[in-house]
Amino acid sequence: MSRAELRVMVDPTSCDGYGTCAELLPEWIETDEWGFPVIRREALPAHLADHADRAVHACPRMAIRVVRVRS
Amino acid sequence: MSRAGTVDRPAGLAPPTGAVRLLAGLGERGEATALADHVARWGLVPDPGRRGRGGFLDELHRSGLRGHGGAWFPAAVKWEAVAARRLGRPVVVANGSEGEPASGKDRLLLRRAPHLVVDGLMVAAETLGASRAVLYVPASEARHLSEVLRERRRAGIDPLDVEIAVAPERFIAGEESAVVAHLDGGEGALPAFTAVTPVYRKGVDGRPTLVQNVETLAHAALIARFGAAWFRSVGTEESPGTALLTVTIGASGPRVIEVPFGATLRSVWSALGESPAEAPAILLGGYGGTWMAGARVLDVPLAEEHLRPLGATFGAGVVLAPPPTMCPLAEVAAIAAYLAREGAGQCGPCAYGLPALADAAASLAFGTRGGAGGPAGGGLQARIFQLCESVEGRGACHHPDGAARMVRSALLAFGDHVDHHLHIGPCPSAAARGGRSVPRPSPVRVQGAAPRPQAPRGARLSGARR
Ligand code: SF4
Ligand code: SF4
Repeated sequence: MSRAELRVMVDPTSCDGYGTCAELLPEWIETDEWGFPVIRREALPAHLADHADRAVHACPRMAIRVVRVRS
Repeated sequence: MSRAGTVDRPAGLAPPTGAVRLLAGLGERGEATALADHVARWGLVPDPGRRGRGGFLDELHRSGLRGHGGAWFPAAVKWEAVAARRLGRPVVVANGSEGEPASGKDRLLLRRAPHLVVDGLMVAAETLGASRAVLYVPASEARHLSEVLRERRRAGIDPLDVEIAVAPERFIAGEESAVVAHLDGGEGALPAFTAVTPVYRKGVDGRPTLVQNVETLAHAALIARFGAAWFRSVGTEESPGTALLTVTIGASGPRVIEVPFGATLRSVWSALGESPAEAPAILLGGYGGTWMAGARVLDVPLAEEHLRPLGATFGAGVVLAPPPTMCPLAEVAAIAAYLAREGAGQCGPCAYGLPALADAAASLAFGTRGGAGGPAGGGLQARIFQLCESVEGRGACHHPDGAARMVRSALLAFGDHVDHHLHIGPCPSAAARGGRSVPRPSPVRVQGAAPRPQAPRGARLSGARR
């Protein structure tokens, strides 16, 4: 069994660019000069998982995903 | 699957031995290959019953065939991903949309050797147990292809009826998820976010879907006949077989030529009767490809393993060498503007970033806002690199990545030229374009040519392109 890791992703076709997610998860999400989220591409550390879930639920466009990937 | 039909398979067909395969035997007058001639040349695809369904996947693996639509993904891995799914019978799509303006090879194949493409699509359908097969093609090819399909139907050689879907005329219409969106009735063929659910899992009608470039399918059709060992008998170890290139040199129109992987651009130039000395700047792969100084790339073997270390990729086999008198940075700006316009406007970083990148490229080329005096100098260069970085990997599709690669590679390849623009001003040829971003005119015809001695010259696709 390979280890599963969490990655945060955004569906850029749905995102509105108001940056709510970046406010809720500043450790992991920044915004670019146009306001769209720039998300770190590494595996999400476990201690941020709850914050990431909050960002998922707060996103008005349901554009944020936390996906489990095999490492 | 029964192959009862009116076409008999001629015995003892020998596989082509040279480096001309897909284009072998194309006539002089630009006509399509009729079914009877196609069968006389290649025979029918052997009945898969003899290999069993999975049998061809092994053969495809051994062949090492890669996707010729630009992504260079191993065909067998893609087919296997579709085969591994259980949710519904797969859909197979031959992708001939060729939204890339500098490419003409897919259209050439569809026009001149359509039966090879349909053969390949049928091999895919049978191997994967598909229940739906689609030819996704430009409007210009639709009528002639429906004739082709009618001919095949009459002969009763296909296990499955093939549909034709007309691809919208836009750059990104051939992107895999855009193809799926279009076939599902979506407006305009826009890409979708597929990082979580790829189309091999859930594509057309929610079914596992194979979207494969038409040239890739044509190669598969020959592998099904002659096997992997034959396929690998030309090309390199890692890039086996041959490839179609669409070559545009200077002011001459684009020509399609088939070369074995590992051939050099110098040999392509000489096969086409051109002087390599006249190619200071070459764009390789496509509009989203890599600029290189001619001197650096002319003798590099055309194969992914030789191109990757140079930061380039084979892409869709596009080779574009603007006339030596033309400022390459003006060309870069024009293509960047085109790519910015052709974005689907769905993703913020693409919708805002590509126009910003195109503006910056225009400033560099024409000095409209940057120039030697303005906020320019090293600042403009740094701004361009920063914009490249901020759009890369941030769209639902790879469109922004290609734009970034194209612009960044130009800055790296034409450093002297960039310095001249930054510190002295636009060179005369850029200045003559008056700061306007002129989209490159689409090629109007494609001419097939091949290295001697097999040259099927005059393999011509005539008629207006979009
Ligand atoms: S909260 Fe959602 S819609 Fe808003 S910027 Fe973040 S991803 Fe985009
Ligand atoms: S990245 Fe650009 S071209 Fe691709 S889907 Fe998003 S907006 Fe469209």
